[in-house]
Amino acid sequence: MLAAAPRLRAVLMRLAQAVPVVAGVVVISFLLTRALPGDPAVYFAGVAADEASIEQTRVAMGLDKPLPVQFVHYVGDLLQGDLGQSLSSGRPVATDLANRLPASLELTLTALFLAVVIAVPLGVLAATRPGTWVDHLCRVLVTAGVSLPTFFTGILLIYIFYYLAGIAPSPLGRLDFIYLSPDHVTGFYLIDAALMGDWETWRGAAEQLVLPAATLALFTLAPIARMTRAAMLTALSSDFIRTARAAGLSGGTVLYRYAFRNALLPVVTTLGMVFSFALGANVLVEKVFAWPGIGSYAVEALVVSDYAAVQGFVLVMALLFVTLNLLIDLLYTVIDPRIGFDAQ
Amino acid sequence: MTDLTSRRRFLKMGGAGASILPFLRAMPASAQGSDTLVVVTGATINSLDLHRTGTSRASYQVGINCYDRLLTFGAKEVPGNGLSYDYTVVEPELAESWTESDDGMTLTFRLKPNATFWDGRKVTAADVKWSFDRAVSVGGFPTVQMKAGGLERPEQFIVEDDETFVIQLDRPSKLTIPDLAVPVPYIINSVEALANATEDDPWALEYLHTTPAGSGAYKVARWNPGEQLVYERNDEWVGGSLPAVQRVVIREVPSPATRRALIERGDVQVAFDIPDKDASELAGTLDVFSTPVENCIHCLCPNFAFEPFQDPDVRKAIAYAIPYEAIFKAAAFERGLPLWGGAEEITDIAWPRKTQYYTDLDKAKEHIAKSGHADGFDVPLSISLDLASWMEPTALLVQEALGKIGINVTIEKIPGANWRTAVLVEKRLPLHLENFGGWLNTPDYYFFWAYKDGHLFNSSNYRNEEIEALVDATLHMPMDDPEYAPQIKRMFEIALDELPRIPLYQPALNVATNGAEGYEFWFHRQLDVRVLKAV
Repeated sequence: MLAAAPRLRAVLMRLAQAVPVVAGVVVISFLLTRALPGDPAVYFAGVAADEASIEQTRVAMGLDKPLPVQFVHYVGDLLQGDLGQSLSSGRPVATDLANRLPASLELTLTALFLAVVIAVPLGVLAATRPGTWVDHLCRVLVTAGVSLPTFFTGILLIYIFYYLAGIAPSPLGRLDFIYLSPDHVTGFYLIDAALMGDWETWRGAAEQLVLPAATLALFTLAPIARMTRAAMLTALSSDFIRTARAAGLSGGTVLYRYAFRNALLPVVTTLGMVFSFALGANVLVEKVFAWPGIGSYAVEALVVSDYAAVQGFVLVMALLFVTLNLLIDLLYTVIDPRIGFDAQ
Repeated sequence: MTDLTSRRRFLKMGGAGASILPFLRAMPASAQGSDTLVVVTGATINSLDLHRTGTSRASYQVGINCYDRLLTFGAKEVPGNGLSYDYTVVEPELAESWTESDDGMTLTFRLKPNATFWDGRKVTAADVKWSFDRAVSVGGFPTVQMKAGGLERPEQFIVEDDETFVIQLDRPSKLTIPDLAVPVPYIINSVEALANATEDDPWALEYLHTTPAGSGAYKVARWNPGEQLVYERNDEWVGGSLPAVQRVVIREVPSPATRRALIERGDVQVAFDIPDKDASELAGTLDVFSTPVENCIHCLCPNFAFEPFQDPDVRKAIAYAIPYEAIFKAAAFERGLPLWGGAEEITDIAWPRKTQYYTDLDKAKEHIAKSGHADGFDVPLSISLDLASWMEPTALLVQEALGKIGINVTIEKIPGANWRTAVLVEKRLPLHLENFGGWLNTPDYYFFWAYKDGHLFNSSNYRNEEIEALVDATLHMPMDDPEYAPQIKRMFEIALDELPRIPLYQPALNVATNGAEGYEFWFHRQLDVRVLKAV
């Protein structure tokens, strides 16, 4: 059966290849968290803890056992789907991540959508009209996007649109306090609110998304626009475009059916990279907009040496990237049928 | 609580009629009624149970607002800074009255007969005992804090009848009564807790972590860790006068710039624990309270384990070289109180007090010349990255000043996670900044933690036999004992002469309000929402 469905076989192969990667991540994240400076027992024993209560805390946390024993316990729990208990939040890491990952994904995906909608046409335009004002606009936007740190853009946007103009909602996270969060189905507020048919909440959530997503979009726009422009320039100067033009095909057909489609591959690759990068890098945006995302969760966990939370975060990110790479590879074959899985 | 609280249940909790949540869609944030207040803070509430290991400081507010203690403190005016709790006035909260036996060893509390938990059950002495047993048994911070008041073992807590609770002390202590009014010894609904306890978890730590079960002024209507906590008033509360506000929303906003924009726009009514810089800049336009934190001092600590600091002249040279005024301006933005340039003679027992030191480079040079280190030496000055907002400017100014007397300082920044281990547990930092503040507001209590050998906040490895004896003698002694004041003065004299901790200034807790009033400062440095009113 598998032989009859080469794509399915290839997908399964890729998944099998991911197993050693994930196993490696488990080992490395375990070792790295233990190598972190700082003593979580001291931290979590509290402000006025003495030697005895620090020791009690250490035993309660299982940190008095040797490393290999701790590792066996960790892997045993992991095999049962238990990511452990976060000390700082006091809840299972899986629950924390399930609450926070959708928040980050919702923000990142919206930002990426915004970025693509602006950057790809901009890149195409800039490539078809090099040296004109469109090209210059593209360059200015791209330079501004990469050179302004996200926390600065975020604060600037809050200052202009919330503080001065008063048109943006209070930067209070995913929803203003006057709304109740929608019932948890996917964790994406926009989707959950739509599922409930609660369009007021949907609007509230969407309004809260605008500024942080714009901040992040401005940052991710740059590589996408540059890559689109460069890929389009290469494609447009290729022989097959010259042939197509010589054959008298219309400008639109040449541009979109032949040049753009060929230029898409590097753009999709960049998109994948930008996505994984943005998901981790939006910590600062999360902080500025009080967004309860996975980035700030991981940073706070790192600061207090909350082992289980850090490991859970790394593991989830690893799984996410494995999936993402698989999706991108599959996308390649859709965009360019010449790329088969056999080649890999 | 988070996952369990369904939308429907939350609406029910909202109560009937007029008190429905203002989640009514058409209502803009700025137009909410006087029955809801919104507070922003940068800190995370990570548990609803203070007794649990790993509970963050910000979470203590749940212990204060949702639970009652037997006793509480009264309030007093602070000139120019609103209200503050009053350490000298102890008032009943769940207790109706209490008596002390003549030898001071037995305390008998009568509970308020009409006090009930949220589930309607009467508060009994058995609940008090269970809660106290829990605090002294779970270990960690609650147990240490209970011990400070002489409360160490479950056998000390006796249920006489439903409304009478007795504490048997090993020795009389002036710290016992105040220690009953700190956040730790709060009273839990033991029946509800026990129903949710397991064999592995006899104190229901897991259950109470997410589900408070108290009798306090506010219930927790909703808690999303890392996002918000919503308090809903308990109309049956008998612990004090009923709060004016029906609902208080605590929102976590990590970025101080965002918090500032929110409070300035008036979309939130209280910004709690704002940076000194924002406090000084907002003071002109908003109501800003900068209350000096009682019994708390920001210090520069020379560690006695580091050879040059064993020389008293080196320590004095440093004390005269420090640019106190510049530090107070750059690190504290003049919020708080200066602690330099006082009289040498000690006439009262107020603490923190102004030291006899001030910036005088000539004196500093004299002392360093007299010392065994006239040619100077190299030393790292350690600061915590978590506390960089005041430590970094302070360290830079100290570095510059000590350079002038030949002490070559390099600044060492330590990540927050390591700081406590390095400075308090291992006590290995030669020169560092420290900010201990004692909850119980007596000088002997401060000295107990910060000047006794081996104690946690004595990060200088200081030991002085006379101080050891004086702290032991005064710690439990009533403050009106004629022996007390002279011994405390002697303690001050030694500590300020030997300088294991060089006081820089007394910090302040800054709170800005815009549309709320009644803010009261507490030693625990958390927000008591029970006294807030909307304007």
